[in-house]
Amino acid sequence: MIGEGLVRADGQAKVTGRAVYVDDVRPEGCLYAATVRSPFAHARITGIRLDPDFDFSDVTVVTAADIPGENVVALMTDDQPALADKVVRHVMEPVALVAAPTREKALAAVSHILVDYEPLPALFDPERSRGHEPSLFGSDNVYSHITLVHGDPDGAFASAEGNADVRIIEGTYRVGLQEQLYIEPQGMIATHRVDAEGAPGLTLFGSMQCPFYVVKALSRVLGHKRFNVVQAVTGGGFGGKEEYPSLVAIHAALLALKSGKSVKLIYRRDEDLRATTKRHPCRLRYRTVVEVRTGRLLAFDGHMLFDGGAYNTLSPVVNSRGVIHAVGPYRCENVRSEALMVATNTPPNGAFRGFGAPQVQFAAERHLDRIARELGLDPLDVRRVNLYRDGDLTPTGQTLKDIGAKIVLEAALERAQRPLPPGNGSGRPGGGGQAARLAAGRGLALAWHGCGFTGNGEANLQGKADLALEGRDLRVYTSSTDIGQGTETIFPQIVAAALGIGVGRVSVAPPDTDLVPDSGPTVASRTAMVVGGVVLKAAQALRAALASEVGFDGDFDAMLDARTSDAVLRVREQYADDGTLVWDPKTYRGDAYPTFGWSCVIVDLEVDLDTGEVLYRRLVQATDVGRALNPVLASGQLEGGALQALGYATSEEVVLDERGCMRNDRLTNYIIPTALDAPEMETVLIEIPFAGGPFGAKGIGEIPHDVPHAAVAQAIERATGAVLDRLPMMPERVMAALERRR
Amino acid sequence: MSRTAQLKSTAAVLEPRTLNEALEMRARAPDAMPLAGGTDVMVSLEAGVIDPPRFLNLWRLDALRKIEDTPAGGVRIGALCTYTSLGRSDLVLRHASVLIEAARTVGATQIQNRGTLGGNIVNASPAGDTLPVLLALDAVFELSSAERGARLVAAADFFLGYRQTALLPDELLIAIHLPARNADDHTHYRKVGTRLAQAISKVVLGARLRVVDGQVVEARIAWGSVGPVPMRSPSVEAALLGVPIDVDAEAKVAQDIRPIDDIRSTADYRQRVAENVLRSFLRSVVQTRS
Amino acid sequence: MILRFQVNATDVELDVLPMARLLDVLREDLRLTGSKEGCGEGECGACTVLIDGRAVNSCLVPVFQVAGAKVETVEGLASGLHGHERLHPVQAAFLEHGAAQCGICTPGFLVAAAELLAHTPHPTRLEVREALAGNLCRCTGYQKIVDAVANALGRQGS
Repeated sequence: MIGEGLVRADGQAKVTGRAVYVDDVRPEGCLYAATVRSPFAHARITGIRLDPDFDFSDVTVVTAADIPGENVVALMTDDQPALADKVVRHVMEPVALVAAPTREKALAAVSHILVDYEPLPALFDPERSRGHEPSLFGSDNVYSHITLVHGDPDGAFASAEGNADVRIIEGTYRVGLQEQLYIEPQGMIATHRVDAEGAPGLTLFGSMQCPFYVVKALSRVLGHKRFNVVQAVTGGGFGGKEEYPSLVAIHAALLALKSGKSVKLIYRRDEDLRATTKRHPCRLRYRTVVEVRTGRLLAFDGHMLFDGGAYNTLSPVVNSRGVIHAVGPYRCENVRSEALMVATNTPPNGAFRGFGAPQVQFAAERHLDRIARELGLDPLDVRRVNLYRDGDLTPTGQTLKDIGAKIVLEAALERAQRPLPPGNGSGRPGGGGQAARLAAGRGLALAWHGCGFTGNGEANLQGKADLALEGRDLRVYTSSTDIGQGTETIFPQIVAAALGIGVGRVSVAPPDTDLVPDSGPTVASRTAMVVGGVVLKAAQALRAALASEVGFDGDFDAMLDARTSDAVLRVREQYADDGTLVWDPKTYRGDAYPTFGWSCVIVDLEVDLDTGEVLYRRLVQATDVGRALNPVLASGQLEGGALQALGYATSEEVVLDERGCMRNDRLTNYIIPTALDAPEMETVLIEIPFAGGPFGAKGIGEIPHDVPHAAVAQAIERATGAVLDRLPMMPERVMAALERRR
Repeated sequence: MSRTAQLKSTAAVLEPRTLNEALEMRARAPDAMPLAGGTDVMVSLEAGVIDPPRFLNLWRLDALRKIEDTPAGGVRIGALCTYTSLGRSDLVLRHASVLIEAARTVGATQIQNRGTLGGNIVNASPAGDTLPVLLALDAVFELSSAERGARLVAAADFFLGYRQTALLPDELLIAIHLPARNADDHTHYRKVGTRLAQAISKVVLGARLRVVDGQVVEARIAWGSVGPVPMRSPSVEAALLGVPIDVDAEAKVAQDIRPIDDIRSTADYRQRVAENVLRSFLRSVVQTRS
Repeated sequence: MILRFQVNATDVELDVLPMARLLDVLREDLRLTGSKEGCGEGECGACTVLIDGRAVNSCLVPVFQVAGAKVETVEGLASGLHGHERLHPVQAAFLEHGAAQCGICTPGFLVAAAELLAHTPHPTRLEVREALAGNLCRCTGYQKIVDAVANALGRQGS
């Protein structure tokens, strides 16, 4: 049961085309919605008028004035309005909404909502945000500023002066925006309903990761909670459907309320690309004191500057994860890690798989390569000498045990020594055949990733799960959504294993906020490890409740046979840590995460010396997953995450215009890898059990996106000598680096 | 600020059953946009870039799907042949395998199953993947009108300016003629486009060198995506002609191309890449012959 | 216009705008929502259907052009009725290999793979990758999709 690659529970529906995504539903008489958006990065709204020459008779129009409750998208702070009122702070910001009987009419109506703007000076350079004009957030345009100090970094840098055995090595690294690019665009449907008490209300049905985020945000806008939120089958999220769907739901709900009809709001691809959140760009300056002979890290001083965009969203959490993961999976006794998250007039950046870790660990890995280069050492040796070992302290002072760093390194090296599996030759069409000049190289990178929420996050949240005995079958009730990763499959595996029954008898209730408790959001590599753990506790509690009902604890079916009632037996459990985790959010000292995952990635590639293009041949990853509840699903997550990181590495560039608006807003020019671009992938699952996870499982959703891009940079360097410290490594930049090398 | 929101097209469709009918309709209804596989037209329609009142459907004209020998020993390819059908033709393989290689790089399977060689030509995008190859192969386009019948225009004379061609308003492209392959020809195709499928090219090279006794007796070097039209490279061709293969001829590339900075790449990159892929091709010819 | 064609072996007759996209007619008029829209411009392949056996992007086909043609969608791959259906081998292989994750791209991949397997029953991995390069997936890294298609008809591709 546990450890079996069971076919996914929603598989049959997905391969037959029957799975119901939001755009597949068309409520009777529903209106189609569209959004009026700002053409300016920063402007005062001086008026909103309807074009008198346009027929608005069957069009519902909503502006900020129609909001019954508060005009906010409630998240960490209340800075983002549901609809811009007096000021717009980024291009594509929603200003008004329309709904009409056809999508064509709604789209036409958008251009007949006449909004008067008075442009204001806009801010695009994060280097000139903090304490500068225009004022966008708080007193100084800073969303988050965290400094973490461990040991005595100042002393270590001071004593490095004049010491021939050590050297100070500095580097600057840059990463750009990245789009999640779920294949299904954002979408939501609002319908009217009458609840169990006969009160009128709404149902929000749509593509999302976190139904209770929508509940929280929508209740503030409506001023009541007379609605439920139901997740549709969701066509990918990767963080992009963590917080953003709250805004989409608010908009659909406002239009439904005003029109009295059902409303369907589906983003067009170009709109989705231009308007929605991206991965935060970052500039990182790393200074280190290293031992000349070995490359050992003696002190680290890192400064990260993240661009949060025009609203706060979840940026402080990204900043936090960035600070904690900045050194990578390497021991250092003297650390200063400082991260600044600032406001600009670009569309807000937000959640994306990895949450800061892919940015900072690119810098960490490139910096180790720089150390190796400057000291004439082998990059692999520099990693070996610095890797965490049991009993080491992290920069927050957390004592690490059961560290997988060395194990994943050796496992990946061993697998990569085997011959390349057949079938991935270089016979690509149009590639120049024998004339092409290719240079082959291999790169390696290591990652660590804190699983679950940071610090007291889980303890504060107290994520809940219900398990119900309904007849002889069981049903799991959580708000954890299946966005492809397999929630609907692994929760039944956990329950079935705990109760000793067939997995076919355990189903998962649809994530409907009327039916399920708040398990916390589906984010942060926490669903299997944290919510799965609560589900396991619920299974144990249900067994205990059943045992006390029938008077004995034995075979589950025997206990069912002994029942005299057929009443539904439902138990609820919630997350509680064992009290051993200590975290101080003010000083950033203590146990940052309940456990860490470990991963080593090896990439084999070729660089086309004529074009700077990078051709991927093979990707080996060895990752500590704690326990693979379902190895097929686990390796699928790891492979998908790794390819997303290869796109981040060499092809995914968000090009902004002078207003901060994405220019390459189509799938023809925001370039994600195809099956021909992807390497053959081999995934080694390493199982170092985590006592706090169900059957030892750890979170794995994000770690595969943490460092493949760093392995690519190293492989390019080893193949060609070209050094690239900036993502994405587009062919144009690779060419420039090849020429610098000469 | 954004492209025009798409409204459902209510355009009418003219449905000729024969080529003659199509040519007559073309003459009578110059406002009707010819439509073949739709892979370019439908994208432009969805994006609101075009909004013609009616279309002239060519898709059913099976007479334009033939691939046949010509009396001159070459091959005549009907304009409606899809990229996939080119790849399945022994005749095309024999005379112009390099064209098949180019066809395999257009979009991906779904586009190759629907998009046509004729569509690629009349669409006349500077980034059209097959166009530099047609220039390099000295392709001749057969254009026809109801009033004047057929005429032949060399590929080199067809592309006049950005998306402007020699096709007159009452004409349709009927077929593409390719001369017989010469045993002394070295042909080459190179597409540079960031990813290996579904890519809009940044640079395309189509090339053909006829080498006799170590001397280049005919040189065709043609480019895509480095100027407003797919173009021959006269300075490079002249530098190559009549001498043993000069692998430094790439230095002349800059005189012939006019790359720009755009959303997909930079002028600088395009020029450097054009020089590099040409040099590598020339070297490979030298190596093959030594 | 009145249009007659065949969808999944069933004759249909519809009143349509000739230039309507085949994708919209399938999804809205025929309620066959298995074909998905991911981009509307022939890049993502989620709307892939077979027309007379050839995989095409249904978002790029004006519906009048399928007059008299045989259109097959993901809904037509399996035989038999709901609940008792016999999956097409490539559907079964997708389940076995874990090739579907979020599933939004899955119908397009299955249809494109069905065309490949119809004329190349035992494709090499590179042939699979080339045949499926018109379908974008963001979840799987394509590895399990290639595994599934290369092995769908029982023999390991080489």
